[in-house]
Amino acid sequence: MAQANSQVQDGTANGAKTQFGYRRHVDQDHSATEIAEHPVVVVGAGPVGLSLAIDLAQRGQNVVLLDDADRIGEGSRAICFSKRSLEYWDRLGVGDRMVDKGVVWSVGRIFHGPSELYQFNLLPEQGRKRPAFINLQQFYAEAYLVDRVEQLPAISLRWRNKVTALEQRNDGVVVSIATPEGPYRLLAAYVIACDGARSSLRQMVGAEFAGQVFEDQFLIADVRMTAEFPTERWFWFDPPFHAGRSALLHKQPDDVWRIDLQLRPDADPAAEKRPENVRPRIARMLGHDKFEFEWISLYKFQCRRMDRFIHGRVIFAGDAAHQVSPFGARGANSGLEDAENLAWKLDRVLRKQSPERLLDSYHVERSAAADENIRESTRSTDFMAPNTPQEARLRKAVLALAKETEFGKRMVNGGRLSVPTVYDSPLSTPDRDSWRAGPRPGTSMYDAPIDGRYLTDAFIEQGKRFACLAFGNGNALEAPDSVGLIRIGGEGGFAERDHLASARYDAEPGTTYLLRPDGYVAARFRHPTRAALDAALSRAAGLN
Amino acid sequence: MTLSTSSNFAKPDDAFRAIVEAHRGLSDAQSADLDAALVLILANHIGDIAVLREAITLAKRRVTDAAQQQQQQQQ
Repeated sequence: MAQANSQVQDGTANGAKTQFGYRRHVDQDHSATEIAEHPVVVVGAGPVGLSLAIDLAQRGQNVVLLDDADRIGEGSRAICFSKRSLEYWDRLGVGDRMVDKGVVWSVGRIFHGPSELYQFNLLPEQGRKRPAFINLQQFYAEAYLVDRVEQLPAISLRWRNKVTALEQRNDGVVVSIATPEGPYRLLAAYVIACDGARSSLRQMVGAEFAGQVFEDQFLIADVRMTAEFPTERWFWFDPPFHAGRSALLHKQPDDVWRIDLQLRPDADPAAEKRPENVRPRIARMLGHDKFEFEWISLYKFQCRRMDRFIHGRVIFAGDAAHQVSPFGARGANSGLEDAENLAWKLDRVLRKQSPERLLDSYHVERSAAADENIRESTRSTDFMAPNTPQEARLRKAVLALAKETEFGKRMVNGGRLSVPTVYDSPLSTPDRDSWRAGPRPGTSMYDAPIDGRYLTDAFIEQGKRFACLAFGNGNALEAPDSVGLIRIGGEGGFAERDHLASARYDAEPGTTYLLRPDGYVAARFRHPTRAALDAALSRAAGLN
Repeated sequence: MTLSTSSNFAKPDDAFRAIVEAHRGLSDAQSADLDAALVLILANHIGDIAVLREAITLAKRRVTDAAQQQQQQQQ
């Protein structure tokens, strides 16, 4: 989420959820002249760094994962994880745990004053393995990811290892690290900075982090209570319990509810976050005062990004590279998309299967995604906190029109929720054939039910490498070497349910999609030739 | 589609009059509210972002030209 201008825990908060121990590593025994070498050092064991490390390890890379703390779980941070993130976590082997613990939701309601304006359903169609969103406290997500890391000997996770300096060389980066037992150094071919919005690595490379700070303050409270509210996202403009401002109510596991209250720009942070001041306001909202505070904090939201995500051999991902306001669940989810985008490219570059310039496409694709997320979350925040009297007047008109017109409802912006960005990418082969629907190149693959499982499962079974998705009884397609093949329909192919896969991919017999190792569409053909597939594959791998 | 600036009403005076009369008896604040709602309703009716942007450019030029003229007169 955004940077806190102040953060306090009240007396009832749980504090740290999981404590980890510092352990000395043999790398620390090297003398000053001799230095341990590693292909990848990931800095920051949050959801992004942990996921990236797991992805790289599953692809066969050895990873050193450093974190300056020795515990997870403080504070109220990300709670909404998208279908795209859950599909990624399925690939990392942790999807089921996340979904089993999380609160599944897809319906949101928007209120204005005492009355409901409209409701939306983010996943109106069935036939996908994962729901539109789950709500899950970030510390659970991190704990499950750490459990997965511990199953992978290729990852060396080192707590209380604080990076103090970076020295870029032609062949790698010398990383200076402080530990409770003194400093040591590593040589890494690549350093991936996942160290959050206040990234110290960003400062070490001397990069700017420019953008917009919003004037209004928001109070975020996690409260524990047993309540009969449905598991939906409720958003209010100008509610009776909080006149003139906005409010959000959202359920998390363990009977914890997230509450966001917009405050005046001139509100006194110290006074506003005192439990005795917050309590009556939330009691008015809930209609009772049978709740306890888990966490209270005050934020000013910011939207900003680095100019370049790649600085020599130091690559930035997640909040370290880009920061958004929280309305739209675009922080953690976009960070996970960064990790997935980077992992396969870095793996190919380290194996010398692709030239280093393949990494440039990480910046191209993910900085465009950051721009989109910043634009969307800025629009939401501006709608909630209009900057001028005329902006307020236009919003008032939209809210009034929403009561009786469909177009007004659709203009109300109570947070447009995260969907994966469609990349305009040098890795994509532009369409030549004619398509009525289906994911165009640069789009994340669509899920659909096949033979008692899902298309996303079949992709995982193919090893998360390049894969052809081929439909029907077309000409027998021979996939290029090292490319997976998922066949739908026809002889020996998966049977599909209700023709959902064919419909979602606008498929006819012979239709073939080339999927990248991150599940994005690289190219698609009505009647592919081997030459066309090879050319698309080379392009998607950054080979030409 | 591009913005039409030829005269589209058979009786332009009726259209102008209708808008003027809608504002009769309203305070400045109420008039501004009315305009805001009217702009949104008409923009949606047009339903073409390129036309809307053209209309905004044309309307805004009046405002900035007027401001410049005023500045020149003061100098």
